[in-house]
Amino acid sequence: MIAHLVSDAVTSPHGGLLILVLALPVAALLLAFLAGGRHVERIALVAVAVGAVLTVVVVRRMIESGDALVYVLGDWPPPLGIVLRADGLSAVMMAMTMVVLAAVALYARADFATPTTERERRAPFVFWTMLLAIWAALNVVFLAGDMFTLYVALELVTFAAVPLVSLDGKPEALQAALRYLMFALAGSVLYLVGTGLMYGTYGTMDIALIAQHIDAQPAVLAAVALMTVGLLAKTALFPLHLWLPPAHAGAPAAGSALLSGLVVKGSFFIVVRLWLDAFAAVLTPGAAQLIAALGACAIVAGSAIALQQARLKLMIAYSTVAQIGYLFLMFPLVLLAVTPEAGAVALTGGMLQAVSHATAKAAMFMAAGLIYASLGHDRVSELTGLARTMPMTVAAFALGGFALIGLPPSSGFVAKWLLVSAALDSGQWWWVLVLAVGGLLTAVYVTQVLARMLSPAATDAAMKPVARSREAVVLALAALSMLLALLAVAPVNIAELGRDVTAIDAGAQR
Amino acid sequence: MNSATIFGLAGAVLVGLGLYGLVTQPHVLRKILAFNVLGNGVFLLFGVIARRGAAAGFAADPVPQAMVITGLVVAFSATALAVALMLRYYDATGSASLATEPDAGTGDAKPAAAAAVTAAR
Repeated sequence: MIAHLVSDAVTSPHGGLLILVLALPVAALLLAFLAGGRHVERIALVAVAVGAVLTVVVVRRMIESGDALVYVLGDWPPPLGIVLRADGLSAVMMAMTMVVLAAVALYARADFATPTTERERRAPFVFWTMLLAIWAALNVVFLAGDMFTLYVALELVTFAAVPLVSLDGKPEALQAALRYLMFALAGSVLYLVGTGLMYGTYGTMDIALIAQHIDAQPAVLAAVALMTVGLLAKTALFPLHLWLPPAHAGAPAAGSALLSGLVVKGSFFIVVRLWLDAFAAVLTPGAAQLIAALGACAIVAGSAIALQQARLKLMIAYSTVAQIGYLFLMFPLVLLAVTPEAGAVALTGGMLQAVSHATAKAAMFMAAGLIYASLGHDRVSELTGLARTMPMTVAAFALGGFALIGLPPSSGFVAKWLLVSAALDSGQWWWVLVLAVGGLLTAVYVTQVLARMLSPAATDAAMKPVARSREAVVLALAALSMLLALLAVAPVNIAELGRDVTAIDAGAQR
Repeated sequence: MNSATIFGLAGAVLVGLGLYGLVTQPHVLRKILAFNVLGNGVFLLFGVIARRGAAAGFAADPVPQAMVITGLVVAFSATALAVALMLRYYDATGSASLATEPDAGTGDAKPAAAAAVTAAR
């Protein structure tokens, strides 16, 4: 009954920053709608710059205080009040979002500029407003402390992402957008049923309170299953991945980078939040192994199909299907860890894998976009000699590919290293095999493209030059994906800030 | 059998019907309608949860009702977005069925759509 639900959530000294984090993109979005036309691009760029500074401030405050930032809305505490909470995981995801967003915004200026002769053009207007909308929605995902706010955030992410898919208005793109929307709607309705059952059982939506009280009764188990399946449909985990490749490949390159790099991480993050923070005590080892087994299937199936793709963008999109599989390998490693420290290693590895994929995949999609802009096609078989004509773009593609494969010293290498050591620590050697096979398959599809690009054969003369600055942005993002590996030797493990490991520990004891 | 149980069962039936339609119907408008049936089933379940008072311990708990209002707004926006996309898709291909592969705006999908309409009758 409600009397048992006492929340200890209090607004922390700098908690008000979280409101700024949420308000900034929303304010920019509303302003963009008011101003319209060519102002939209300027508003988006300024907002992203301010947002980057704000994110640095939030992360610094968290490192200084060594704890999560909390803001209790209107001073109404849970069970009925709503709490915003930024812990280490939120901080990592927010920083990742800012980096990818900034790179995509700089890259997209050339594709989505409003010509000086026109007052407003549809595609640029939609792109810049939806970029702000995705940012706003993802911030809600990362900061929400209750399941219903997460539901709203989940829907906002979808509504912002679907227009990006259909941006160029081709029939294939429209169909891909419709498929995506239908999958996403089905997924979020299942999630909504889950929240209803949770509220009916515990009388609150607050994640921290539910974590304290959760027990394995039928309604709760049904809710866990429904919410998980709904989120997996949105994250495109095998076998619910069918909508992803056409949607991500059909969007313009900058849109694909946002969709593959950031949008799928939104629903993935909710799975992490719920499984590790709210549900840990009722998850059986079998459930943890099952979700990772789906991840393993995604790695094998996604990579195998990526190998056969004749088009570069589709290949990268199928590679996303495979890489999403990697993200789910962390669950049994965290939940079934022998010690909390081993669980923390797996969690850090999993989050680093997400960040590594976001930066590397965004860079690869944008590189593919430059190749398409230059050649007018992205047929893998006709990319010969590209390394000579577009060396920076090819280098960016290669660095992104190395991060996916997990070659040292990339961030992908460190992430997989942490996952492998966590797997060996907890005696789950089979996930090491999956990681190795996945790495091999990734290496094959990346190198078969790179080999073509690096071959000396001359390309036909019909190449349009692309701006040096755009190539530089893509290369910088890909290089960053490499340098992220240095985070592993940073003095503070940001991912663990403000996280109570006992919830994970309780899961380990089962 | 009290009223909460009856409404709960009705909600469950609506959810089942909606989910079935959403998965099996290739026509987008039918999918959208099925999604709305599904959504209404869920909202009815929320109503039942409010009626039973559940964990909050008092009857007619207002919180699930507030959630239903939010859910309605979301479902309405989703429907509007889906219908707008469907109209664009129809303009581009002459078909509103996801069963046919679009053929770059040549309208080749039309016969299949006509067949689907006939079959539906």
